[in-house]
Amino acid sequence: MATDQSDSTRRDFLLVATGAFAAVGGAAALWPLVDQMNPDASTQALASIEVDLEPIEAGQAVTVLWRGKPIFVRHRTEEEIKLANEANVSDLPDPEARNADLPEDAPATDINRTKKDHENWLILVGICTHLGCIPKGQRLGDKKGEFDGWFCPCHGSHYDTAGRIRKGPAPRNLDVPHYEFVSDTKVKIG
Amino acid sequence: MAQHESTYQPNTGVERWLDDRLPLPRLMHDQVNAFPTPRNLNYWWTYGGILTFCLAVQIITGVVLAMHYQPSAEMAFDSVEHIMRNVNWGWLMRYTHAVGASMFFVAVYIHFFRGLYYGSYKAPREVLWILGVIILLLMMATAFMGYSLVWGQMSFWAVTVITNLFSSLDSIIPGVGTAIVEWIWGGYSVTGTTLTRLFSLHYLLPFAIAGVVVLHIWALHVPGNNNPTGVSVKQNSDTIPFHPYYTTKDMFALTLFALLFAWFVFYAPNYLGHADNYIEANPLQTPPHIVPEWYFLPYYAILRAIPNKLLGVIAMFGSIAVLFLVPWLDTSRVRSARYRPLYKWFFWLFVITCLVLGYLGAKPPEGAYLTFGRIFTAYYFIHFLIIMPLLGAIETPRATPKSITEDVLDKASKGDGDAGAIAGVSGAPAAPETR
Ligand code: HEM
Ligand code: FES
Repeated sequence: MATDQSDSTRRDFLLVATGAFAAVGGAAALWPLVDQMNPDASTQALASIEVDLEPIEAGQAVTVLWRGKPIFVRHRTEEEIKLANEANVSDLPDPEARNADLPEDAPATDINRTKKDHENWLILVGICTHLGCIPKGQRLGDKKGEFDGWFCPCHGSHYDTAGRIRKGPAPRNLDVPHYEFVSDTKVKIG
Repeated sequence: MAQHESTYQPNTGVERWLDDRLPLPRLMHDQVNAFPTPRNLNYWWTYGGILTFCLAVQIITGVVLAMHYQPSAEMAFDSVEHIMRNVNWGWLMRYTHAVGASMFFVAVYIHFFRGLYYGSYKAPREVLWILGVIILLLMMATAFMGYSLVWGQMSFWAVTVITNLFSSLDSIIPGVGTAIVEWIWGGYSVTGTTLTRLFSLHYLLPFAIAGVVVLHIWALHVPGNNNPTGVSVKQNSDTIPFHPYYTTKDMFALTLFALLFAWFVFYAPNYLGHADNYIEANPLQTPPHIVPEWYFLPYYAILRAIPNKLLGVIAMFGSIAVLFLVPWLDTSRVRSARYRPLYKWFFWLFVITCLVLGYLGAKPPEGAYLTFGRIFTAYYFIHFLIIMPLLGAIETPRATPKSITEDVLDKASKGDGDAGAIAGVSGAPAAPETR
């Protein structure tokens, strides 16, 4: 009996060890199958673009494409900036700035959504943070929602003149991408 | 009833030879030809065969379309037009496939409501029911991916919105949702890369469905069919062989179904679709009003009814997930709604709820549409989570017939079919069943 028992513990060990080895091997073989779907090197290659602001009058907006995403560039009027500053940040559905150039916990004040001394320019990723539609409000005749910024027709999200979510199902403010002013009339996005 | 004695008689030498090696003819004989089937199945029981037909149609037309289709962002939309205009019979293949998807859902929803009405999900058919819900989920995934392949405006924006559902996970663990979405996309937005993988999966999934259908039918053949009385088969006189009785009945129903199908294909091929999908996908412009195909509208209404992204997504998936629990949520001992005076009304109320949600899903999410969307979404869940368990406790079912035979013969002698009256509990009037 004694030998039988020691035999069986040895077998148990071999069984567990083999099983564990097979499991690790299986998982290792699975990973390439999963990871092949992730964005590939050519997609990841970061491109930046330059946008000439000269022709955009106050009250106008243009949409440019960056990394396959629409970028909203809006030349805001005094009126629109004033409206954006009236909002009480702590009352906003999303009180964070969502600005790629600022720390994560920066509050969603109007100044944190723009660049200092260039408050009249609002630059945003034009993708609704709900389910990814492109909000209306770039063109002159567009419905801009109850807060005069953008309105996403897909499920009714209203953004204000600083691109902050005010009403509707979207959870976050429109993202502010990384960008810098190369000159007074030119920005580099990305 | 799967355990019924085999009645297969190999008559020729070849049949005997094969029977000892691969008894496929025996399987077919016992499970199809001779399969003992309740003698009282009505036309609501013909949808299983109709669904099998639909799956076959989709696979055959789909394989043909794939011979001419190009799954790339540059070529997809044009190749669909090429199929419509240049390929011999291409228009027929495409319209049949597109209308076929709708007909498939018409059939599966009827099949599903049939199950709900007659309590076909109750013991011992729980696994059968669960496999059915899995088939439904796979069908939805397949239809969604197929729709994206056209690469029109609706295709593109439907893919964007639906894949973005996963980004709601960001509010549980930041970053995880975005990582999953980018993994699905293979990029930072929906692109041709996404299209190509959706094509690969759209080709694969129908065969997975076929596999689950085999399991579904296996799970059907162990307990055997339910029937309109919900009373289990007790004696030989309760059943008849599947062939020729139900093969004939199924063929007749299938013919009528095929007529409707053909009417859509030849006279209104685009009626169930959306005109915007004849505009090529444009990643810079969302159509003013995004609507999914009709068979997804109720879920879309549920998604939009809830003003919180994550909760909306949870409610939408929950509306299907709750179906898995139905066998345990229904606490009544009686299967068929025919003998359940209260459940019967709630059943129809539920059908209406689904139709209204479908209507609301097509409307813009504002004002009264939104309010009603919320009320009916709440009721959808109340039906399963509160009413179903509660009814089992408070409802007094009518007496069920002693056997299928008794029910059928009594009905025959009475002429107009008054099922419950035979057992006549305290003279309660029975449900008039219309055939
Ligand atoms: C591709 C889809 C499907 C196919 C091909 C299919 C096929 C079948 C077939 C051939 C039967 C035999 C009985 C009859 O004709 O009614 C059956 C029964 C059944 N199916 Fe399905 N089915 C599908 C989807 C579903 C779904 C989505 C559900 C439920 C959510 C479901 C639930 C049931 C139940 C409960 C039965 C047993 C009904 C009874 O005999 O009383 N099936 N199915
Ligand atoms: S995608 Fe904008 S509200 Fe849903």
